[in-house]
Amino acid sequence: MNQQVRNTETRDIEQSSPSREVQRQPQAERYLRPPVDIYEDDRVLTLKADLPGVAKDQLSIGVEDRTLSIEAAPDLDMSEDMTAIYADMRSNRFRRSFTLSNELDSEKIDAQLKDGILTLTIPKREELQPRRIEVKTK
Amino acid sequence: MLSFVNNFDDDFIRQFDRLRREMDEAFGTLGPLAPGIRNTPGAGFPAINIAASADHVDAYVFAAGIDPKSIDVSLQQNLLTVSGERRKDLPKGARVSLNERFEGAFSRVINLPGNVDPDKVDANYRNGLLRIRVHRREEAKPKRITVQ
Repeated sequence: MNQQVRNTETRDIEQSSPSREVQRQPQAERYLRPPVDIYEDDRVLTLKADLPGVAKDQLSIGVEDRTLSIEAAPDLDMSEDMTAIYADMRSNRFRRSFTLSNELDSEKIDAQLKDGILTLTIPKREELQPRRIEVKTK
Repeated sequence: MLSFVNNFDDDFIRQFDRLRREMDEAFGTLGPLAPGIRNTPGAGFPAINIAASADHVDAYVFAAGIDPKSIDVSLQQNLLTVSGERRKDLPKGARVSLNERFEGAFSRVINLPGNVDPDKVDANYRNGLLRIRVHRREEAKPKRITVQ
C-alpha cells in the first residue's frame, strides 16, 4: 500500500515537473521531520511527536548508542486509481533522531500512541535525580 | 520495542530535506509555476494532501491529537474549509526544551477540483488523520461511449 502511494506521487511529479532532473532522487530517501515537543521535570523527560496517520504497527522506536530514533510510515490507504494533485506532505515517511543524555534511562522508555501523537516518557536515573539537601542547624 | 537500528545521520537527512524543499519551491513539483491562489504547498497546520480519481476527490488532513467532534469541515462549491483548535496542555511547571508542535486555533481553506458535489461528502478521523471524501458530480464522471 505504501508502495502504491509513492508510485502515484512519482507519476504525478513527473507529469507536471518542468525539471525532471531534480525529481530523480529516490523516493526512499524522502523523510519528513515530525514536529516535536520536549519537556521535563525532576523525574522524567517527555517527548511528544506529531505522527498523523500512523498506526502502532507502522511505528518503530529504537535506541542504539544513546541515539533515540523514531521512524514511521503512515498508510494513507490510497487506492491505485488515485492521483496526487496537491501535497503539503511530500513523503509518507517520518523520521527523527535525538541523542540521549546520560541521566536518562533508555532501558525504561515508555511509548504511547494516540490519535497520531507519540508520547515517549523517559525516566531519569534515580541516582542522578536532583536531591534536596537539607541544611541542619544546631 | 527497542529494535530499530539507526544508520542515518539526522543532520544529513535534514539538509537533504531542505535542499529538496528549495528545489520544490524553485521548480514546483506538484503543479505549475503559478499554483492556485489557495493552493500553495506548505501552508502551515494542518498539512493537507489531495488526491483524485475519476469518481471522487480525497482530502487528507494531517491533524494529530484533535477531538474529531471539534473539527469543523465545510464545503462551499469546491472550496473546502477545515477549522478547529488544538490544545497541548503542558503540565504545570514543566521545563520546555523544544516546542515545535502547533497549538491554538486553525482554519485552512483549499480549492478542490471544480466538479465536486458538495452534497456528497463523508469524513472520518483515524490515528490523527482526517480523510474527507467528496464525490464528483454525476455529469462530470467519465462515461463509456458504446460505438454502434
